[in-house]
Amino acid sequence: MILSFKDKQLYAIKDKIEKNLRLDRQDGILLYNTHDLIGVGALADFVRRKRHGNKTYFVYNQHINYTNICKNRCLFCAFARDRHEKGAYMYSVDQVRDILIQNKRNHLKEIHMVGGIHPNAPFEYYIDLLKTIRDIRPDVHIKAFTAVEIDHLSSIAKLPLSETIKALKQAGLDMVPGGGSEVMSDRVHQELFPKKINRTRWAKVMKTIHAEGLTSNATMLYGHIETVEERIDHFMQLRDIQDETNGFTAFIPLAFHSENTKLTHIPPTSAYLDLKTTAIARLMLDNFDHIKAYWVMLGEKLAQIAQTFGADDLDGTIIEEKITHSAGATSSKGLTRDYLVHMIRSAGFEPMERDALYQTVETME
Amino acid sequence: MNTVETIIDDVYQGQRISADAAEILYHNAPLLTLASLADHIRYKKHPDSVVTFLVDRNINYTNICISRCKFCAFCRSVAHEEAYVISTEVLDQKIQETIDLGGTQILLQGGLHPDLPFSFYLDLLAHIKQKFCIHIHGFSPPEIEHISNIAGLSFQETIKQLKSAGLDSIPGGGAEILVDQVRCHVSPNKCDSETWLAIMKTAHDSDLPTSATMMFGHIETPTQMVTHLLRIRELQDQTNGFTAFIPWSFQPDNTHIHVRKVTAWQYLRVLALSRIVLDNIYNIQASWVTQGDKIAQLALSFGANDLGSTMIEENVVAATGVHFRLSKEDMIRLIDTAGLKAAQRNCTYEVLQKY
Repeated sequence: MILSFKDKQLYAIKDKIEKNLRLDRQDGILLYNTHDLIGVGALADFVRRKRHGNKTYFVYNQHINYTNICKNRCLFCAFARDRHEKGAYMYSVDQVRDILIQNKRNHLKEIHMVGGIHPNAPFEYYIDLLKTIRDIRPDVHIKAFTAVEIDHLSSIAKLPLSETIKALKQAGLDMVPGGGSEVMSDRVHQELFPKKINRTRWAKVMKTIHAEGLTSNATMLYGHIETVEERIDHFMQLRDIQDETNGFTAFIPLAFHSENTKLTHIPPTSAYLDLKTTAIARLMLDNFDHIKAYWVMLGEKLAQIAQTFGADDLDGTIIEEKITHSAGATSSKGLTRDYLVHMIRSAGFEPMERDALYQTVETME
Repeated sequence: MNTVETIIDDVYQGQRISADAAEILYHNAPLLTLASLADHIRYKKHPDSVVTFLVDRNINYTNICISRCKFCAFCRSVAHEEAYVISTEVLDQKIQETIDLGGTQILLQGGLHPDLPFSFYLDLLAHIKQKFCIHIHGFSPPEIEHISNIAGLSFQETIKQLKSAGLDSIPGGGAEILVDQVRCHVSPNKCDSETWLAIMKTAHDSDLPTSATMMFGHIETPTQMVTHLLRIRELQDQTNGFTAFIPWSFQPDNTHIHVRKVTAWQYLRVLALSRIVLDNIYNIQASWVTQGDKIAQLALSFGANDLGSTMIEENVVAATGVHFRLSKEDMIRLIDTAGLKAAQRNCTYEVLQKY
């Protein structure tokens, strides 16, 4: 770290980091409240480089949102529809098969599949989705169904969580994405997503997933009504779960987009908040391997900069993103592999192509 | 031996950076180190955390241009169906709208039109000044050169007459990279670097303030870019007439230069380097028009103390397919959420209103 901190309070945190001491709640709050963005970035960059050097990971992936029909109707969501609402859709298993066959790319490594909480689809539908994908792309990792969906699946299957997860795993599930925890605060839960599972249940589902031998990611949706303290408490809760299970792979900060939601009065997140959240996640989540800069939400430009604010992963090609674009995202709906490599290399980092489980794959030049 | 560390120490102590040292920093200093150094200098020059902006409108009086620079997507030939010269009615309407929106300035620029007489420019200025109370920031050096050729007058006399007709200040456009090897490729018909600098010197000597710009990210080398910064710094030592420096990155779409667009990473490096090298220029402006609001906000930690103009209208960058928009409220929010204090300014950087 060849720089002097503008905010002298950051020296105490630097000391802790250099001694590998865990940051506490007060440290986290200080990091959010300081105006020394570059200082916070430098601290996160130090930790990121200690873990990953100048490697930045990315994945050749594809998103599938099997339905937008959802009974939860969270206030921050622009994607969900009621069953009979205009624009509501649900893919049949055959449609998903067609999408996969149409887009049969050679070196696809990950399929990211999430959807709404559909009121009537039977458990077999979800099992068939997994089996179909597994059948067409036996070599691709399936990262699917957030903790919220898995909780729902266990109730429609009338199976305990562990049995549900076993059945999904057997049908082809490789990994679980990190969505659905939003902000782990009872206040925010009550105000924005009361019909969705609460933080205790989310933690329980995640712990069960990890106990069944699957890894998962974790996220935080920030930039709406949450406070600095609630963000830090969210990190602390994730850190506690991780201490117990070590099942989380990556943490992904998700910048709230308000267009077409019930919260349109909330302005977009600022670059300062985006980069601070990335950096503070890197600093607080000392037991997480990876921090992701999700370019769909940050925009390509800021995601590139996030590589020096603690992020070591740029997600992937994605083609094609629906959820954030429903809420007015202006980023591309997908990126080429070539462009991702350029974003990484032109910032002096070394691109590492990975699969869903962060195993590096043979790069295809 | 110059290393990144020794250069940084020297700059922290207030020493002027050499061309070699600037290049070493540009190539080797970590991004956040550059930011920290640039921010340190910014706060030495502006100890309070005010970030200024301007409310103005770009008015392009014509898109007809004989220069035909390779990086331009805006210009048209005389016979082209989209070619235009602005009418008085449209001009008046645009200025009135600007004033109604709280604007204090118009940026009046256009192509190098082959046939318009000197009187067109003088009449244009006089007409505006007669009807409106608004600052006219107009005619970049390539236009001044062109107008002086048409008038058959020296730069000094041309500027004198434009000034007395109502010109208040001159924008720093058309500098591109002030190295003729670069200019003869990207803008062969535009004034050479000596002429650009001579016109700016004449303007400063005539008490017209000007800004300076740099368009990078096309065919220039880092050495040529640093040369550009040093040439600006040298002239500023002589005249102290530059109010601000605005680096912006080339937008390649719809142009005749086929390169990959400069990334945000590179933009921020160049911005920070500009602040570090240009120790005699008070204001460094972020370019939200080319970078978008998020990177423009971030630029406030990389040496910039000004967000330029809200640009009620902008056509030249928009012609390359880049359409960022920023209202006055957005501008204030960007500054505010960076923990800084927003203030609307005029062309000479006097604060008009604090928010």
